[in-house]
Amino acid sequence: MCLAVPIKIIEVNDIKAIGEIEGVKREVNVSLIPEVKIGEYVLLHAGFAIQIIDEEAAKEILSIWKDLLKKL
Amino acid sequence: MKFINEYNDPKLINKFYTLIDKIMNEIGRPVKLMEVCGTHTMNIGKAGIRSRIPKKLILLSGPGCPVCVTPSEYVSYAIELAKKENTIITTFGDMVKVPNSKEEALKIFPKNKVRIVYTPLDTLTIAKDNPDKEVIFLGVGFETTIPVIGQVLLMAYEKKLKNFSMLTSLKTVPEPLKILSQNENNKIDGFILPGHVSIIIGLKAYEPLGIRGVVTGFEPLDILMGIYKLLQQVKNNEVQIENQYPRAVTYEGNIIMQNIMKEVFQVADTRWRGLSTLPKSGLIIKKKYEKYDTMKRFNIKEMEEGEPKGCQCGNVLIGVINPRECPLFGKACTPDNPIGPCMVSSEGACSAYYKYEQ
Ligand code: SF4
Repeated sequence: MCLAVPIKIIEVNDIKAIGEIEGVKREVNVSLIPEVKIGEYVLLHAGFAIQIIDEEAAKEILSIWKDLLKKL
Repeated sequence: MKFINEYNDPKLINKFYTLIDKIMNEIGRPVKLMEVCGTHTMNIGKAGIRSRIPKKLILLSGPGCPVCVTPSEYVSYAIELAKKENTIITTFGDMVKVPNSKEEALKIFPKNKVRIVYTPLDTLTIAKDNPDKEVIFLGVGFETTIPVIGQVLLMAYEKKLKNFSMLTSLKTVPEPLKILSQNENNKIDGFILPGHVSIIIGLKAYEPLGIRGVVTGFEPLDILMGIYKLLQQVKNNEVQIENQYPRAVTYEGNIIMQNIMKEVFQVADTRWRGLSTLPKSGLIIKKKYEKYDTMKRFNIKEMEEGEPKGCQCGNVLIGVINPRECPLFGKACTPDNPIGPCMVSSEGACSAYYKYEQ
């Protein structure tokens, strides 16, 4: 029930935003993360965006592991 | 899909299994880890992780399925409310199948009486469209969902909605972790901590517990990274909280959501299925907002109910037995005909084992 899916924000109108996931548009309430900008990915849970996904952090951790696994 | 495909790369996944084999050999003793969150349980099953890790590495499923830990009497309150003429019950999907101790469930009611909503926001619309009905939302969840539920309550308050209330069963994660980590009969070496709960409460919420834990995401690589990190801590005799989900989780958590929780709810002792009443383990609606509290609005008297007969859900939820060890598993109790809540929710350990680990 704590499921949350990444969705790209394509429109923001105050607290109501539109997100797109695999070509499907969905309404996203962004009142819990008002700093969100168009083009960012958020985690969508029960109709609300609960977090902006940090792309840098995502890249960094993957590259750390990839380097380590290369040595195997 | 972005942020999903990268974490499903089969080559990297295979390498992780090699790493895990290797470190388990170095540790040289059995290790018990617990995945706290039901979404982890489900995804571990889906990815077939249990069958690919060494036998000596045991992954226990924890109490992090909100539907599973919601006490039986809660279902009875909801059923009684649904029987009233002027009510509409709105709920997340899983709740309608959860049986109480008499094996009754909300699914017996017609669809316009007990309505499944995807977001509690829909409940507000239903309340507006049905001014002559009392609309009751079944607010069940952990910290991921609690701020959402709180925000919707605040919206109702601002709009001065007169025919809306919430029957809540809200649980917080840290307290039961402390209790589970202190159980001498079932020593757990480390916890795979819930990624989405942690977005809200932040890493800092786990620090006072003194447990070994890694916060991680939900894709196969996320989970394997988390397991490996925990094994490294076991091997090096370290006890700390680490973050393998920095794309979503921060140290402080989300302050806006923490403030909503503080504004609307207060900490209370709450009943968990299988774990009885745990001190300070949940949240209830504050006095200021009590006209939106279904328990107060309908003057419901609190009671306590036992489990459905023969159901071992309680022991499953604390990792004392695995679902297959319940005599009813897969026989009298299946997802189509669930006896206990752990078989109902797709995130329940019994249901995840039935689907993926038979
Ligand atoms: S298999 Fe069914 S009866 Fe047994 S513990 Fe799980 S939910 Fe309860």
